[in-house]
Amino acid sequence: MSKKVTMDNKLAFVRTEDAPILPPPASEAGITGWLYQNIFASMSDFSSAGASIRSVLMGLFSFGLLYVGITQLWGLLDFAIFSAVWSDPDGLKREACWTVEQGGQLPAGWHAACWPFIAAKLKFLTYGAYPADELWRVNLAGFVGLVGLVYVLIEGLPARRHVGILMLTIYPLMAFILLTGGNLDVDYGNVGLYVLISLGLITMARMGAAGRFGSSFQDLSGIFSVAGWLLIVYAVILSVVGVDTSLEPVDTRDWGGLLITLVVAITGIVASLPLGILLALGRRSNMPVTRLICTIFIEFWRGVPLITVLFMASVMLPLFLPEGVNFDNLLRALIGVMLFSAAYMAEVVRGGLQAIDKGQYEGADAVGLSYWQSMRLIILPQALTHVIPGIVNTFIGLFKDTTLVSIVGIFDLLGGVQSTLADAAWSTPVQGLTGYLFVSVIFFIFCFGMSRYSIYMERKLSRGRSH
Amino acid sequence: MTDRPNSSVNWLNDARIRGVIFQILLVLSLIASAWWIVDNTLTNLADSGKTLGFRFLDETAGFQIGQTLGTWLFSYEAGKSTYLDIYFIGIVNTFLVAALGIFLATILGFLMGIMRLSQNLILRGFATVYVELLRNVPLLLQLFFWYFAVLRSLPGRRDAFEIVPGFAGMNITGLYLPAPQPQDGFIYTVIALVLAIIITFVMSGWARKRQETTGQTFPVFWTSVGLLIGLPLITLFATGNPLDWSLPEFKDTGPKLRQGYQSGAGMVMIPEMIAVLLALSLYTAAFIAEIVRAGILAVNKGQTEASYAVGLRPGITLRLVIIPQALRVIVPPLTSQYLNLTKNSSLAVAIAYPELVSIFAGTALNQVGKEIEMIFMMMSVYLTFSILTAAFMNWFNARVKLVER
Repeated sequence: MSKKVTMDNKLAFVRTEDAPILPPPASEAGITGWLYQNIFASMSDFSSAGASIRSVLMGLFSFGLLYVGITQLWGLLDFAIFSAVWSDPDGLKREACWTVEQGGQLPAGWHAACWPFIAAKLKFLTYGAYPADELWRVNLAGFVGLVGLVYVLIEGLPARRHVGILMLTIYPLMAFILLTGGNLDVDYGNVGLYVLISLGLITMARMGAAGRFGSSFQDLSGIFSVAGWLLIVYAVILSVVGVDTSLEPVDTRDWGGLLITLVVAITGIVASLPLGILLALGRRSNMPVTRLICTIFIEFWRGVPLITVLFMASVMLPLFLPEGVNFDNLLRALIGVMLFSAAYMAEVVRGGLQAIDKGQYEGADAVGLSYWQSMRLIILPQALTHVIPGIVNTFIGLFKDTTLVSIVGIFDLLGGVQSTLADAAWSTPVQGLTGYLFVSVIFFIFCFGMSRYSIYMERKLSRGRSH
Repeated sequence: MTDRPNSSVNWLNDARIRGVIFQILLVLSLIASAWWIVDNTLTNLADSGKTLGFRFLDETAGFQIGQTLGTWLFSYEAGKSTYLDIYFIGIVNTFLVAALGIFLATILGFLMGIMRLSQNLILRGFATVYVELLRNVPLLLQLFFWYFAVLRSLPGRRDAFEIVPGFAGMNITGLYLPAPQPQDGFIYTVIALVLAIIITFVMSGWARKRQETTGQTFPVFWTSVGLLIGLPLITLFATGNPLDWSLPEFKDTGPKLRQGYQSGAGMVMIPEMIAVLLALSLYTAAFIAEIVRAGILAVNKGQTEASYAVGLRPGITLRLVIIPQALRVIVPPLTSQYLNLTKNSSLAVAIAYPELVSIFAGTALNQVGKEIEMIFMMMSVYLTFSILTAAFMNWFNARVKLVER
């Protein structure tokens, strides 16, 4: 144990200089290392017969896929960009995209996108048959919407919340008036009556809250106040849409293309969130009848395909309404889309509500908040931030689902393309592919953008939670 | 609770009484609006001279339907079959395409999901591009793409693109495949198959029990494969091969109008169905891939490391350690994707694949005009299916729930 090591002991070896630093093994560093780790690691085990077979198969599979992927991507790029016909300076229309065999000038076997076709139809695909002189209205509504949206999405800008509220309240009204022309048939006598009634209700609520009508009314004053404010909002909306703006009215039958797609998507998105929150709260309520009704409502809409909902909206809704009341086609589809997406949103929100710790509910009760106060101030802010990714996913789904309105005869972007494909003036073998490619790119940009934003939000929120 | 001082607290402050009042109001307003709707509907129906009732189901339908499993099962004949037949044909065709689509989407989705987690950049990159491209483009657009852009560019009806000459080929009228035609005595092969399935179940139970008691493993998978393929095959040949195949027949000689694939020979899969299948399974596979990826990621990394530490190989680790735990996370969203696929099969109406929405709520509804009854019948099919799915999901969740002490 206590063997004495002396300096003159020849057996002892103490290294006096550092060992040379060896380069890392080839499989760990540099390009070869990267290649090994990321590509060849799974196909270079030849230690046994089985492993060799597996490696070879893996290699064949990988490089087969690589080949397929590259040829497909290259084919797509070639079709969309490199070989595509970009302009039609002579106004040849379909002949600009004809090959020699068909009587045109392009080399035989040419098969690529015919962009002049899209350029010629761009106005139709964006606005539908919206009157040409009135397009500034659509552009203005779109521009304001875009600016507002971008403003709300960028963090750190001042008064973001206020801009958001404006976007959810004033903007829809403005867009409605701009797009339709407003000037609805509104009986201003009724509006005045509503204002008077609502003022009365609010006054009663104020006085009741102050205890003028005895204690039993004091508790009910909140309901009166809510009813009064709802009525006032209704009166304001009525009076605004009834204003004679001297804009030319544009029937929704003349709308089309991207305009319809965005109107349906945005209406669905904006309406589905509040409706979905109410339904989710109802489904989590302690009141059995409310819970049952909300559950049945949600499960019904979630159980049927959107197509059948749209069929129902377009075929059955006119039957449900009294004679003379006639919704236009777009509004019917909008109602269907709203109810449908509200049910999906309700399930997402319910997931958020369930994820909230029970202590939060109890804490809110303990400090004496009422049900709506605790929901508004404590529960919902947490629950909704929890499920932002889910909400955005529902939005993406809804945005893609807007294409379904083309089946009930509303010409959204996809329906517009489908109908332009029937135009013989542009009839070429590549017409269909060009049109579908154009629509795919637009949808891809919107949906991919939304999904990236949701991932960004998710990361940001989980960063906040992790410490 | 019981000794509430009723002198100072107003009854309106009692949450339960408020709840009861609110619910009574809710029910009353629901009844009122339901009454209003029913009243309007009845008035509107009376004005247009229509009546309610399901008598129309016995009437004969006079329109043509593309040849599918449904029309074959119900031996559809325009002018002879009833609207009830149409309803059932629609249901069969919906579930046919849903079942095939679920099968394909599951295989492809699991493959893509596992590939997305691969160390191999090629596999990972391919799967990522696949998922992002297909997930972010509307299904209806993909359906149009397959149907109008791809399948329409196939050879015309007097031509053929032979995949396996003499056995399988395609043209614009569809995909032609050999059709099995069971003769007398084929029933023994079917019995053998059923027997093999039963034996497989019994055997896997026995093997599990044996492994739990003695630790010895038994090659259940390969034995099952051998049984399921071998036993019916042996029976088939022992009984003198009572299974004929009707091969597709392509003619490019003779009168011009008779050229092309001959009807009655082989089996045809109509192009609408191919397009629906392609679109549905490729689209849903992208979502399934994401679910599978999330499920595998949800299994703690320590599980993999512990399994390597006890000497299990990566393949076995995946099969015995990761997948059983990941399935608990995967199955609920997977089931709802299956439900989505089934509901999305209704998009086939856009290319006139003869499924429920297309022929029953589309063509038949236009002829009969019984909106309320027919939409109700159509929706109840989807609702029933989604309730069954939800029931399965609850059963599964209860079964795989972590047993906590």
